[in-house]
Amino acid sequence: MSSSRYDRQIILKEFGPKAQDKLASARVLVVGAGGLGIPVLHYLNAMGVGHLGIVDGDRVQESNLHRQVIYTEKQVGDYKVAAAKYFLQNQNSQTIIDTFCEFLNEKNAIDDACVILKKPFVYGALYGFEGQLSVFNYNEGPTYRCVFPTPPKADEIPNCDTQGVLGILPGIVGNLQALETVKLIAGIGIPLSGKLLIFDALEQQYHQFHIQKKHENSQIYTLQKSYAIACAEPIHTINAEAFLKLHQQEALQIIDIREPDEVKNAPFTGALNIPFQHLSDNIKGEPLGTVVYFLCQSGVRSARAIQQLQEHYPNTKFISVEGGIKALLTYEY
Amino acid sequence: MRILFFGIAKDIVGKATVEFQNEIQFPIQVGALKAELIKKFPALGELSSLAIALNSHYATDDMSVSAQDEIALIPPVSGG
Repeated sequence: MSSSRYDRQIILKEFGPKAQDKLASARVLVVGAGGLGIPVLHYLNAMGVGHLGIVDGDRVQESNLHRQVIYTEKQVGDYKVAAAKYFLQNQNSQTIIDTFCEFLNEKNAIDDACVILKKPFVYGALYGFEGQLSVFNYNEGPTYRCVFPTPPKADEIPNCDTQGVLGILPGIVGNLQALETVKLIAGIGIPLSGKLLIFDALEQQYHQFHIQKKHENSQIYTLQKSYAIACAEPIHTINAEAFLKLHQQEALQIIDIREPDEVKNAPFTGALNIPFQHLSDNIKGEPLGTVVYFLCQSGVRSARAIQQLQEHYPNTKFISVEGGIKALLTYEY
Repeated sequence: MRILFFGIAKDIVGKATVEFQNEIQFPIQVGALKAELIKKFPALGELSSLAIALNSHYATDDMSVSAQDEIALIPPVSGG
């Protein structure tokens, strides 16, 4: 591609070739390739950020398409990281793109990692017709914990799946995140550090609130073992070998929480299939014994399912099969 | 005193803005005001964190609020 590709932003006096070089040598990790992550990736990639990382363990669903605008109908069912990489690589073949097919939703975990690695955290979130935006941990500035010291309990705050979201809203907030990211890299303008911006889409208004820095939130040197269930019991797990041995000896109640197409590719006989995303609703009608095993592809979703469900089912002990079907397959069950 | 409600607080209260004049004795500390609001809207008390801004600055519980001030309630949000 010729050097004129970025000409229209290079000729901006405040930006110039130096800022373009900074973008080219920058590395940005985008956590979540959903409503917010997609516009961030779309623009950072177009504008010439040299190296992008994408973290998301989810697959494209039909109900994502109205707001996650680079995914196509044909990509429904594909992993988001793969679908996003395909689009982005076509858009800009120069970008180095790394993908991480994992779930990482806890903002406190991202915040802590940024504090430990001394990286700024460009935060965005949505609720209904509102969006929130801030740049945390920039030049010793306030962190996410300075604003929200206690992580919300599971199901306390409805998300896009339960509350609903207008397609355009994450587009606006995600683009503001992309803008803040580019400003940080290029060193132009005033980053939204020390302030929380709330965008009200229905009123077309921006509110800004000044955040107090709390120094103890910058004194973090290691990640916590767990973020999703800071106050809950540790979850029960069983390794693949022990699980298979038990499975041969007695009838176990097993719920396979993978998507139907995953099950089709590698079925596990004798398990009831309830996909993870509908689990909390659809498990309600099931007669549960005292012990129920959750099985997924790699053990991530099954652990999350227990984090979400265990406290609501005091009479059932949920156990996650470590490593999921991938681990079981190594034993030729 | 005007209170702006954001996020789930707006849904709990059912309005984006509420004017309080006679119901509350001014000046009042931020912590006491929070307690008054939770008494009026108990669901606010169930949130794990509820930040309060006083005239667009995040406030601590010991700060004093007068009748002319603008308050904002900002709970965490999780969508994306």
